[in-house]
Amino acid sequence: MTKKITIEPVTRVEGHGKVTIHLDENANIVQSRLHIVEFRGFERFVQGRPYWEAPVLVQRLCGICPVSHHLAAAKALDVIVGAGTGNGLTPTGEKMRRLMHYGQTFQSHALHFFHLASPDLLLGIDADPAIRNVIGVILNFKDLAVQGVMMRKFGQEIIRATAGKKIHGTGAIPGGINKNLSLAERDEFLYGADPLNIDKMIEWAQASVDLFKAYHKDHSDMIDNFAKFPSNHLSIVREDGAMDLYHGVLRAIDTNGKKILHDVDYQDYLEYIGEEVRTWSYMKFPYLREFGKKDGWYTVGPLARLNTCDFIPTPLAQKECEIFKAYTHGKPNNMSMHMHWARLIELLHSAEMMKELLNDPDIMGDDLVTKGTKQKEGVGVIEAPRGTLFHHYRINDNDQIDMANLIVSTTNNNQPMNNAVRMVAEKMMTGHKEITEPMMNAVEVAIRAYDPCLSCATHALGKMPLEIALYDKNNILIDKKRS
Amino acid sequence: MSEKIKFTIDGKECIAKKGQYILEAALENGIYIPFLCNMKGVKPAGSCRLCNVKINGRNMTACTTPVAAGMEVESEIPELQELRLSIIEMLFVEGNHFCPSCEKSGNCELQALAYKFQMLVPRFPYEFPIKEVDASSPKLYIDRNRCIKCKRCIRNIKDENGKSYFAFYKRAHDVEICLDKELAATMSDELAQKAMDTCPVGAILRKEKGFDQPIGTRKFDKQAIGTDIISVVENINMEVKE
Ligand code: SF4
Ligand code: SF4
Repeated sequence: MTKKITIEPVTRVEGHGKVTIHLDENANIVQSRLHIVEFRGFERFVQGRPYWEAPVLVQRLCGICPVSHHLAAAKALDVIVGAGTGNGLTPTGEKMRRLMHYGQTFQSHALHFFHLASPDLLLGIDADPAIRNVIGVILNFKDLAVQGVMMRKFGQEIIRATAGKKIHGTGAIPGGINKNLSLAERDEFLYGADPLNIDKMIEWAQASVDLFKAYHKDHSDMIDNFAKFPSNHLSIVREDGAMDLYHGVLRAIDTNGKKILHDVDYQDYLEYIGEEVRTWSYMKFPYLREFGKKDGWYTVGPLARLNTCDFIPTPLAQKECEIFKAYTHGKPNNMSMHMHWARLIELLHSAEMMKELLNDPDIMGDDLVTKGTKQKEGVGVIEAPRGTLFHHYRINDNDQIDMANLIVSTTNNNQPMNNAVRMVAEKMMTGHKEITEPMMNAVEVAIRAYDPCLSCATHALGKMPLEIALYDKNNILIDKKRS
Repeated sequence: MSEKIKFTIDGKECIAKKGQYILEAALENGIYIPFLCNMKGVKPAGSCRLCNVKINGRNMTACTTPVAAGMEVESEIPELQELRLSIIEMLFVEGNHFCPSCEKSGNCELQALAYKFQMLVPRFPYEFPIKEVDASSPKLYIDRNRCIKCKRCIRNIKDENGKSYFAFYKRAHDVEICLDKELAATMSDELAQKAMDTCPVGAILRKEKGFDQPIGTRKFDKQAIGTDIISVVENINMEVKE
């Protein structure tokens, strides 16, 4: 007899995921799957809308990283209005957008680390879920919790100053930006009273990398071996191989570090990337065409970006990047929990980038928009906090969108997240016929390392709501438990 | 000098030119009566009913009722404010208004009124009507999802022979705004802009112009609707010939 165990969150906003695990009569795992139900109506929803609405419309599809959608759509429309494929904007247009993006990455990574990941790390994966949450962190590590809140606030203020609003702004428009930064705004970010100034942010970001490294030293067995599996890695990189979260060429490497996608123009992404539909999931499975559905899947996000880039173009983050790369002797790092490490290095890089941009007078320039010969189709790609994000639009003769295709970060990470869950399930559940609290925690921690765009990955206030249901091979519910 | 007459709005003494409509006279006296379909310089239509006032216990539209000497007009009374709110709510449920991605947001009179009346959730069920957009003309994008059928465009956007660029077609509940294709083909940028400015909502938009003006810096972001009315009538007693 095969038993099916379902772990399903009961409350959700953006979408939801559930884990089903099939056991045979000896409690061996025969199959495990992570099911993600996502809002898929969006590509239809924008059809017929005027193209210039897209950057404002699409960010509504996600309450977690609206700025990434806003910018990816704007980049695709830059192509449509003839402003080039990423470097055709005016210096003010491009730099304001970059500042917006690094502000967003900074606040998102800060949120993820302090609110979502730190409870697992600081309080222990095995800790009682009743205290293993951000409240537990606040009670036990007050200074750190305050830093998390302040870093997030700083990033949000950067977004407000560049996009017009903290969430769902309208700053990026096809061909550029609709505002510059005033001198007063700039000075506030550069020299504001402690702690809300950029130097303090850099200091705290550095401290959080150090915190992770110290934790890693004491817990290397868990951090290194939890959900570790070989993978390809994909991201955009600057043309010279530097990390660039806003614009670049598409690069992928295999698990040995060999380049398998050679810094190509993302306008042609469809030539290189396919999307497989599997009957049991609403979410597609992207893969590199050259390597087929079975072997072509890849990981995106902080870990992938640290692996694909040759260096990070800011000094403090570069130093940390060298340490990170040395840990695996220059080979790609395939340890899921190192995602947190990579994320914090990017947190530091984002802070340094914001400082560089704030000190650049172009940010206060008046030349905001470029336009050229109109095109019918455009692709915009950006490294969202959770990984590579693709937006692709085509317009008709009346300026209406008649085709939209999106590949979001969580979709790109569909296969690796499935793998992580399977590894954890095999390790924790083989030989058991019952789900225990530590098993559920472990699955939760594995999913959370990827920071997917799921409300179920959030346990900011209280424990992640999970439901476990046990089915026999005929899909009859034989047991049910909620955490 | 045309003949002046005295009347009151909510007990406040006002003066008007003889034959002037209540709404227009109210504005000149520094009193705001909410409206959507009315427009300065354009013949009133009385179609939105927002400017309903009470005269001798009867509801009348202020935009189409001329002032009479000694008239006592009630406007900001709970009963009428409630009626106005219900009209605003009705306009929202009859269309598909998705403000966050609407170019008119912040410059939209309907949205501004919803804020003024602190509309939260409409009391009526959403109709989610299926509306076509018309993007076929070179200068304008017509989004019928947001049209409140105020006819401002029909009355205000005309060619040199007085022919309207816009017209209604279909009937009653199904009535839809449409743009004359032939006329629209030669529309100037200025007239296209005038059409967009004429529309109180985001139903007439200029093509390829979106979100150039940052949110937070728009008309009603800065000042609530109706608060910019300045009285042009300075001294009532001096101006009125009894
Ligand atoms: S027309 Fe006005 S009320 Fe309707 S969606 Fe646009 S801003 Fe909102
Ligand atoms: S298009 Fe605008 S101006 Fe014309 S009737 Fe509709 S809402 Fe009124």
